[in-house]
Amino acid sequence: MISIICYLIVSTIMLCAGIYGFFTRHNLLAMLISVELMLNATDINFAVFNRLLYPNGQEGYFFALFSIAISAAETAIAIAIMINIYRNIRSIQVDKINKMKW
Amino acid sequence: MDYSQFLYMKEELSLIAVILIIFVVDLFLKPGKRQEAGQARFAIVLPIFLMTIHTLINIIPGTGNVQAFGGMYQYAPMQTIVKAVLNIGTIIVLLMSSQWLKRKDVSINRGEYSVLLLSTLLGMYFMISAGHFLMFFIGLETASIPMAALAAFDKYRYESAEAGAKYILTAMFSSALLLFGLSLIYGTCGTLYFDDLSHHINGSMLQIAAFVLFFAGMGFKLSLVPFHLWTADVYEGSPTPVTGYLSVVSKGSAAFVLMTILIKVFVPLIADWQEVLFWIIIVSITLANIFAVRQKNIKRLMAFSSISQAGYIMLAVITGSAIGMTSLVFYILVYTVANLAIFAIITVIEQNSGKVSINDYAGLYKTNPKLSFIMTLALFSLGGIPPFAGFFSKFFIFMAAFKAGFELLVFIAVVNTIISLYYYLLIVKAMYITPSDEPIPTFKSDCSTRVGLTICLVGIIGLGIASIVYQTIYQYGFGL
Repeated sequence: MISIICYLIVSTIMLCAGIYGFFTRHNLLAMLISVELMLNATDINFAVFNRLLYPNGQEGYFFALFSIAISAAETAIAIAIMINIYRNIRSIQVDKINKMKW
Repeated sequence: MDYSQFLYMKEELSLIAVILIIFVVDLFLKPGKRQEAGQARFAIVLPIFLMTIHTLINIIPGTGNVQAFGGMYQYAPMQTIVKAVLNIGTIIVLLMSSQWLKRKDVSINRGEYSVLLLSTLLGMYFMISAGHFLMFFIGLETASIPMAALAAFDKYRYESAEAGAKYILTAMFSSALLLFGLSLIYGTCGTLYFDDLSHHINGSMLQIAAFVLFFAGMGFKLSLVPFHLWTADVYEGSPTPVTGYLSVVSKGSAAFVLMTILIKVFVPLIADWQEVLFWIIIVSITLANIFAVRQKNIKRLMAFSSISQAGYIMLAVITGSAIGMTSLVFYILVYTVANLAIFAIITVIEQNSGKVSINDYAGLYKTNPKLSFIMTLALFSLGGIPPFAGFFSKFFIFMAAFKAGFELLVFIAVVNTIISLYYYLLIVKAMYITPSDEPIPTFKSDCSTRVGLTICLVGIIGLGIASIVYQTIYQYGFGL
């Protein structure tokens, strides 16, 4: 059986990759993908803790299910807003989205 | 299953009924007639009317704490008061958005606006009454996802879309951090019920990490300083009524929830979170005030002002006591009326002349004396000048923090009040003293905006004098 540490290393690497991607990517869609990576890292965490540490309950699985559904809703809204931006300025590059600053 | 448990959540149920009625009525309005004056008036007045009824039937707090659905939903009388405050804020926002909703390009999705606005309110209700972190998380997301749609509501204005994108990306990022923190709490404790958690939390390293991630997520929602960078852009780009809603209702509910969770769940870590909050309060108040001084756009100035006000609200949270809770709710109430008065005035001026820069406000007193007068009173209240309500709310918060032993913090906050007076008075100076060649022309704001401003004015003057309000809140402050 794989020890719990291995799962946690994977999920932590996913979280950090997501944070890194969120700060370095210059395209709104790529930023969205990075955030999805972070959310999936948490889902792994919940499932692993439930399966290996507290196998009697279902709390972690349910939390993971709800968080998947909610992140889908967030993605839908985010993509709709991105389409609106694209209609306005014909680009979704972060460098161009700079009308308001300071 | 015992279905009578649903009666405990009568506030949520009646709000859902309001949302459904507005949704169905909007469905059957004829699309061709949307721009006619009679139908526009009906579509604007209906949500306000229903919300008023909803507020009135739910205004009396219940007796004693109740749990429903195995502890998922927890009710305390204090929550009714907070929900009533949020309702009042929402009604004022609906009143002040009427002129904007009468515009031609918004007329097609007038119903959507009310439905989205009330859905965020429903999310806040669930967040406030949560007894489990899953319920809390669902409420938080129900409050923030429609908010992004509202920020991007002005479809033909690019700034609005930019604000929406910035809001949704930061909201997703912060909720991912918060969720990771929650998963670590689940891993160390094996449960996510608030009541059970306080027995399991013992201050191990993993739990401290979980707390930091959780607090970072909440810090984004509250726009405290290291996490505040989205605030000014989103506030500037969103439609002005939405900005008012974002700065008052959304922030107030998040502050209340943060305090309940810190008291209920993280009580064994009290030394740690007081240390964290101590530094965050100092940085939030000071930095936000310094940045506010250099703003030219009035909406950006109000954004930084709201960051520093969030710092003052945290001053009540850091005490962790019943007096702190009372002063927090009172502060939110006073902040609601004062801040929404300012945003209502910004809205009518923007709708009638399209101007949002502070320099444009020069000479406003000559052309629109009543608006300038209310604006002045609201700014004085925000700055904390007696005898307005803002002075008393600040006084109670400082008193609570002083009693809890944070003398240095109170001193820094008082010094910062003086800095904040500087930029509030810059607006007053522009309105009354600075001469202008082309001031904003005289106009008559529409009926519902005037009703909203009257409510705000009564609140600004009355809340400070009528001690019954504070005492009523104080009665329930212990029943948390």
